[in-house]
Amino acid sequence: MTRRLLSGDYPRSRMLATLLLLILAGLAFAPFAFPGTRSLDVAAKVCVFILLVASYDLLLGYTGIVSFAHTMFFGIGAYGIAIAATRLGPTWGSLVLGSLVALACSALLSLLIGMLSLRVKTIFFAMITLAVASFFAILASQLSGFTGGEDGLTYKLPQLLLPGTKLLEAPLFGVEINGRIVSYYIVFFTAAALFLALLRVVNSPFGRVLQAIRENDFRAEAIGYRSVIYRSVANCVAALAASAAGILYALWLRYAGPDTTLSFDIMIDILLMVVIGGMGTMYGAVVGATLFVIAQTYLQDLMKLASDAAAGIPLLPDLVHPDRWLLWLGILFILSVYRFPAGIVGKLRGRQ
Amino acid sequence: MSNLLALSGVNTRIGHYHILQGVDFVVPQGGFTMLLGRNGAGKTTCLRTIMGLWKASAGRIDFDGADIAGRSTPAVAQLGIGYVPESMGIFAGLTVRENLTLAARDGPIDEKRLDWMFGLFPALKKFWHLPAGHLSGGQKQMLAIARAMIEPRKLLLVDEPTKGLAPAIIAHMVEAFRELKRTDTTILLVEQNFNFARSLGDTVAVMDSGRIVHSGNMGELAGNEALQYRLLGLSLDAHQ
Repeated sequence: MTRRLLSGDYPRSRMLATLLLLILAGLAFAPFAFPGTRSLDVAAKVCVFILLVASYDLLLGYTGIVSFAHTMFFGIGAYGIAIAATRLGPTWGSLVLGSLVALACSALLSLLIGMLSLRVKTIFFAMITLAVASFFAILASQLSGFTGGEDGLTYKLPQLLLPGTKLLEAPLFGVEINGRIVSYYIVFFTAAALFLALLRVVNSPFGRVLQAIRENDFRAEAIGYRSVIYRSVANCVAALAASAAGILYALWLRYAGPDTTLSFDIMIDILLMVVIGGMGTMYGAVVGATLFVIAQTYLQDLMKLASDAAAGIPLLPDLVHPDRWLLWLGILFILSVYRFPAGIVGKLRGRQ
Repeated sequence: MSNLLALSGVNTRIGHYHILQGVDFVVPQGGFTMLLGRNGAGKTTCLRTIMGLWKASAGRIDFDGADIAGRSTPAVAQLGIGYVPESMGIFAGLTVRENLTLAARDGPIDEKRLDWMFGLFPALKKFWHLPAGHLSGGQKQMLAIARAMIEPRKLLLVDEPTKGLAPAIIAHMVEAFRELKRTDTTILLVEQNFNFARSLGDTVAVMDSGRIVHSGNMGELAGNEALQYRLLGLSLDAHQ
């Protein structure tokens, strides 16, 4: 059962397996173990980013494609839900329609980008994706009548997913079971299922060909594999998964805007998460996204505690002042990349 | 004996350089043809042009009755041509098993053929689940050859399989190729080690400055030292 679920790709490190189980348990029981709006927001964001980062790992880690258009596909998913819910009303039908249109757009656009530009060298492909993604972001902010422009779109969801909807009369383990909990579990189970599907893809014969192309595309061609076709399909699968992550994020936030889905900052975050977790491992997406999102959310709180505790000591309170959280986040990332050049998963697996 | 491969008037340019300047030679069906020549004569370019990795700017490459010049590399490979490049080109991050599974394009590896392959290269069985990057130079070369042979191919192109290998490994390689020869596989092998070439080749073509300067039976060249010296010069001395 476990073998089939993980497609035979075990963590191959006791410490990594423990870490993954802890993350899985933490996310599965988040509404009960960490009650509160903020912690549930963090857990949902972790689920969405695990899927988003895993889909980027399929591109960067397994196929060797550097793309800056990943947030564009993430945004297409989010805007698909947002536009459908705004225009057609908060019904399940509009959500399904919005999702399907978004996925179809992503598939078409990614195949088009892939077939037209994956023949060029890595750096040129990266530049093309950067240009397309920038164009799309500008388009989203300019078409304000359709996309809400810089303000984005805020919309309602079907009754079942609203915070005011109570599913049980009495609280369960002290937590009120409402539409927010239903939304969270939709995000959690969909992200988990799609992550396992991506794990299946990279461990399939198709995934092996992608790794062969990443290592030596001429040699893969000499064996008889058309690298452009394989790269384009990988690009399309990754785009679909990124769009699915966007759909989940839009379901959770009930808002879609350029800053939450299309910004270049998110692209940089994804790259950092892949590198910190470990490229070409899939499990690196789980570890990288969890650590990054938690650090991004709670570092300021931790620093406030440290700053208060160090009151009276010269210089130290200023150094760990919450306003300097980005500086410390940066230092933490530099240290982690220096300490774990193959990523955390690579390092843990290397120990075995 | 009919010819499986025939090159006529093949020209290849790489940038401003005119590397192949009208190459003509044939590879008989079921035979072992050696392509010899000094460094820079154009032997590797010749194999790469056959595989479509470099495009021929002029001439014909007839394989099994069809002109394959200008076809894409995957299309050439799918016709049944296996290629073992000089750099071996193994996928270092994949295991020995995965390397061979990838090469078996038409489905799962045939068990009988795999057993036969293990007989030729026992090290591959021993390191079946090891990433190929951890193998020694000789083992990597064995894997590269095994990968080209894992499915029956009509033609096998092998580029300098003995380069940088210890004499004991070369002797093992000779045995492996002899075994392969018994299966009637047609092989075109580029080599600088004349002793190796002499022990295996049926026919020979010698290149110099992008042209074929001699072709015929290996026995004829092997028995004529003056011809050897004239055609192969220092490269012969270096390997004797």
